[in-house]
Amino acid sequence: MARLDEIRELTRVRVLSFLREPEAVFWVFMFPMVMAAVLGFAFRSGKPEPSTIGVVASEALTATLGASEAIDVESFETFEDAHAKLRRGAIDGVVEEGEFGALPKLTFDPVRAEAVTARLRIERALSDDLDEPIVATEELTEKGSRYVDFLFPGLLGMNLMGTGIWGIGFAIADVRRRKFLKRMLVTPMRRTSFFLSFMLSRLVFLILEVVLLVMFAAWVLGVPFRSDAVSFGVVCLLGALVFAGFGILVASRARTIEGASGLMNLVMMPMWLASGVFFSYERFPDALHPILQLLPLTALNDALRNVMLDGDSVLSLGKELTVMAAWCVASFVVALKIFRWE
Amino acid sequence: MDSHRDQIDSPADSTVVARGIVKRFGDLTAVDGIDLEVEQGTCVAVLGPNGAGKTTTIEMLEGIKQPDAGEIVILGRTWQHDARAIRERIGVQLQETEFQDKLKVYEILRLFDSFYAADADLSEIINTIGLEDKREAFVKTLSGGQKQRLSIGCALLHGPEILFLDEPTTGLDPQARRRVWEVVERFKANGGTVLMTTHYMEEAERLADLVVIVDKGRVITRGSPAEIIASLGAESLVRFSLIDEDVRVLAEDELLAMEGVSAVRYEGADIVLSVERTQAVIASLFRVVESRRLRLEDLRTHRPTLEDVFVALTGRHLRDG
Repeated sequence: MARLDEIRELTRVRVLSFLREPEAVFWVFMFPMVMAAVLGFAFRSGKPEPSTIGVVASEALTATLGASEAIDVESFETFEDAHAKLRRGAIDGVVEEGEFGALPKLTFDPVRAEAVTARLRIERALSDDLDEPIVATEELTEKGSRYVDFLFPGLLGMNLMGTGIWGIGFAIADVRRRKFLKRMLVTPMRRTSFFLSFMLSRLVFLILEVVLLVMFAAWVLGVPFRSDAVSFGVVCLLGALVFAGFGILVASRARTIEGASGLMNLVMMPMWLASGVFFSYERFPDALHPILQLLPLTALNDALRNVMLDGDSVLSLGKELTVMAAWCVASFVVALKIFRWE
Repeated sequence: MDSHRDQIDSPADSTVVARGIVKRFGDLTAVDGIDLEVEQGTCVAVLGPNGAGKTTTIEMLEGIKQPDAGEIVILGRTWQHDARAIRERIGVQLQETEFQDKLKVYEILRLFDSFYAADADLSEIINTIGLEDKREAFVKTLSGGQKQRLSIGCALLHGPEILFLDEPTTGLDPQARRRVWEVVERFKANGGTVLMTTHYMEEAERLADLVVIVDKGRVITRGSPAEIIASLGAESLVRFSLIDEDVRVLAEDELLAMEGVSAVRYEGADIVLSVERTQAVIASLFRVVESRRLRLEDLRTHRPTLEDVFVALTGRHLRDG
């Protein structure tokens, strides 16, 4: 079958030219692992981080504060020295001796969560009456609630977006710039085969990429994987297709690599920030949530978190899947319509 | 006109027929009503300077660009109705195709082979284009000439009836150029039809049965290389300059008055005479120069070439652009 032949050969060429670019391989496979490892390490949980307090006070007060496990004390000669460090965020607050028997004075930034925590710990350390608990507490140690557990599905989503848009966008812009596309068009090659080869090569890398990253996350970072294979597979596949469509779309008119690259960043930048990769989009004002949920990466990240962390079935993800499917169809339709063949 | 009509209707006789094709880009008319016909088994070269409309013309014939007016028939079919069928039967080498650096020669040939219904013997193609040693080599390690032969290999592998070549040897050194010519000649020897563009007159003279000279989007003359050169009406061209004197001290009338001189052209510091009886003209040239106490410098004579015809017709050189 000539038809299958050309799809197979086009796909093979795509895959080979990708694998022969060591940089591309690094960015697709290594980068997200390094990123997850570094961020997971930086925000690791385990023992709670003690608050770091600058102290400009008598030895007695310094010793009282230093006795608390939740506080690291750093002594300073003058308030100015301590204040300089506070401004840079290196310490969470500055405690000074109260003058003439007044209370010790804490200088801190009340909008910083760490500073507020520091204040509560200082109050607790200086108070004798509060040794008795006021509320009963139970500590959460379950896997799946750490920052790295939240982060990893977001990174996976971001990677599917990046490899889809970059991988396909650059490849198309490159064959067009080289006039290799034009050269293929004077053969009987079918245009649909050309697009299909991009989708298929994406699929090959999708499998490699997802399997590698998930294994890394599960074994090295201990991120839970509670999804059934089908649900996870469907979400990843749909995610890959959406961003493959975006990749073709951003490259559909671009004559140069630079032009395509600008468009790619324009498309991806808002989603890096607002689609809940590194922090939940719920931190944006409530009024924006419905809009943010319409972004394809938000839908993909939500879906990935639901299946991976909560073990939800793909059937419960109607909203996310609809958003992705709609973007997918829209991007393909528009891309095919405006695609510049020459 | 009638004979054209007959040929369009009988694909066996005509391979490429273009009539009155026009292409405009905004205000610029790149191709301004060109007629072309390529008979089976012949090689037609479209010769002209850069910007003459050669590439636009051949790309319209290759079905890449749509003419704004005129008619194109390839192997008895039109691009509007039978594009796929035509593509199966023609081979195209484009100007400036860059293959992907990280692919191997064999991989590229296999890719192009997959586009065609016919199955090629790739080893034979690799022999034809002389890349036996480079079969497993990455494209980026190939020289310019090797890349160009690979490009022609991709155009040949499905056994096309017509080969379109757009400036196949531009930028190649003389030896690399000859190797490309050998590939084209072998294709022709096996009955293939070739339509090519070039701005090298040596290339047109060596490969083409029919040369079509174009300038500013129009055909200015056509014929076999020998016919076109003969149309200049000169046995040879005599070129010289003068020491310490502007050549224009020798007036055109004075030179034309010499027996056997049919045309005079001033070119920078040189005078170029189109002459009929070279030896006699040179003898009388010496007498004139002696009597005027001028001193000749750089006297050369050569047989006229297509380039000279082009200069005579347009006043410009092929490579001036």
